Amino acid sequence: MSSPSYTVIIGLEVHTQLKTNSKLFCSCANEFNPDNPNTQTCPVCLGLPGALPVMNRHAFDLSLKTALALNCTIPHFTKWDRKQYYYPDLPKAYQISQFDLPFSENGWLEITNDEDGGPVRRINITRAHLEEDAGKNVHDESGQGGDSGVDLNRTGTPLLEIVSEPDLRSASEARRYLEEMRTLLLFIEVSDCNMQEGSLRCDANVNLHIHNEDGTTTATPIVELKNMNSFRNVEMAIDYEVKRQHSEFKKTGKTIDDSSKVTRGWDAERSVTFAQREKEDVSDYRFFPDPDLVPVVLTESEIEVVRRSLPETPAVKRDRFRTEHGLTEYDASVIIGQGPGITAYFEAVVFACGDGKIAVNWVTQDVLRDLNASESGVDDFPITSDLLGTLLKWITSERLTNKSAREVYAILKKRAVTGDEISVQDVETLAAEREIVRDTGALEAAIAAAIASRPDAVEDVKTGKLQAVGPMMGMVMKQVGGADPKEVRAMLISMIQDS
Amino acid sequence: MEIDEVRKVASLARLELSDQELETYGQNLTQILGYVEVLNEVDIKEVMPMPHAVDLQNVFRPDERGPSLNRTAALSNAPKTDGQFFQVPQILEQKDA
Ligand SMILES: [Zn+2]
Repeated sequence: MSSPSYTVIIGLEVHTQLKTNSKLFCSCANEFNPDNPNTQTCPVCLGLPGALPVMNRHAFDLSLKTALALNCTIPHFTKWDRKQYYYPDLPKAYQISQFDLPFSENGWLEITNDEDGGPVRRINITRAHLEEDAGKNVHDESGQGGDSGVDLNRTGTPLLEIVSEPDLRSASEARRYLEEMRTLLLFIEVSDCNMQEGSLRCDANVNLHIHNEDGTTTATPIVELKNMNSFRNVEMAIDYEVKRQHSEFKKTGKTIDDSSKVTRGWDAERSVTFAQREKEDVSDYRFFPDPDLVPVVLTESEIEVVRRSLPETPAVKRDRFRTEHGLTEYDASVIIGQGPGITAYFEAVVFACGDGKIAVNWVTQDVLRDLNASESGVDDFPITSDLLGTLLKWITSERLTNKSAREVYAILKKRAVTGDEISVQDVETLAAEREIVRDTGALEAAIAAAIASRPDAVEDVKTGKLQAVGPMMGMVMKQVGGADPKEVRAMLISMIQDS
Repeated sequence: MEIDEVRKVASLARLELSDQELETYGQNLTQILGYVEVLNEVDIKEVMPMPHAVDLQNVFRPDERGPSLNRTAALSNAPKTDGQFFQVPQILEQKDA
């Protein structure tokens, strides 16, 4: 079949833990601490009778910042509600969340197009709301049906839920949306976005619109996918689910009207999704306004203050890297996709050497390769942006060849391994030793000597076999270290032809 | 109120009720709902919904850490514990959050 017989419909729910000192409603530490279970709790987050929650100002401000970076509308009035929720990881038996009046709605996030070079895709954001996280259950692994352990260190930590419209059309688009979201959250410094530690989590709502031969469309039942703990798993789970739903539809013909939303988990080991319990009806959560928390009312000028204080978003940065530093869309995305650390490093290198393209080549090739190999962060990278910037300045001012610069870089790396301090002056010295020779007198003498020693090769060059300059070039380069090979080659050929 | 509705509400509240209790509470709830029904007669076309019973807004605390309970104290009310975790019967259901 030339065109697909269905359209994939995906909406994502992203949960991100906010980077605060304390929890959302109490002063317990908001810190990942699985090795010391139940050491970060108090009467409020344990849900003890009579304890009262008070909203963390910083958690609210971080939420507001995120919503504005996602181009959301901020209503002037917002409140919190109780969502009935009976699991041991939330001892109050309800979660404080936001139901009908979330603090933000109707935003968007732009992602690159599935098709190479296509225009960016604007994915609409339904809403973002601020809620408390649940604790962690530790299950008995023995298979003997032993008790589950509950650690309430995470209970009551601030969690931002960001719900997209069902605007995503493929698994790879969903992955790119998540990557873009993560990059944004990192750049505006609201979350660590560590998927291993659970500070960024994602559920996906997936179904298909089957295109029937008579021109009508039939929607398959919506499936909510859970347990996907990496972007790659999200992509694989959705891909699997699309195929599963298509074959299920061909088999049973079941439509969205025949089945309410069901939950399926992703089994990463077997690479399949599996049925989980039926999702409770929305009304079964029996939301009602939390009487312990008062509403938040904002003025337009308060919202404006936060909007103005927003750091440059990755999207704006990407545009600026293209226009200001001459980067391609791809290179700009590679740098920014590496996160704020590498991006700041890159910007410092550009500032020092004055050439975006040279800087991006070195950062994406040499620096990223070495960083990946060392598994250390850019902050611990021994060749700092100052050092690399200083070195690349020699290239941009045409005093050092790329090859010589790589030699210097390799020497710096060796010194770093032995733990030696490297100074900017060291870079200057190493570069100066390899400076491109502009003294044409010395160069001409060396070339003349080389020509005189190889009359056979000279004849070859004269008859058009230009590759015969090779051995003579070698002789010259050996004699005049730091000579620019391109220049030597050109001079050799022209002197032979003139002779 | 139908018995099935009472049963559903009880199950959502994790209450186990006998048939006799379902009957009794069903009658009670029906009475209460009938009583509250009176409110439907009030004309509220011109009235804005009241978000909160207390006329307060924007109550925040600064993002500062304070002391937490030590683990022994935190676990002291637990029906069952191994000294590190609250212990509960094996959780089979998958949860939301
Ligand atoms: Zn607490």
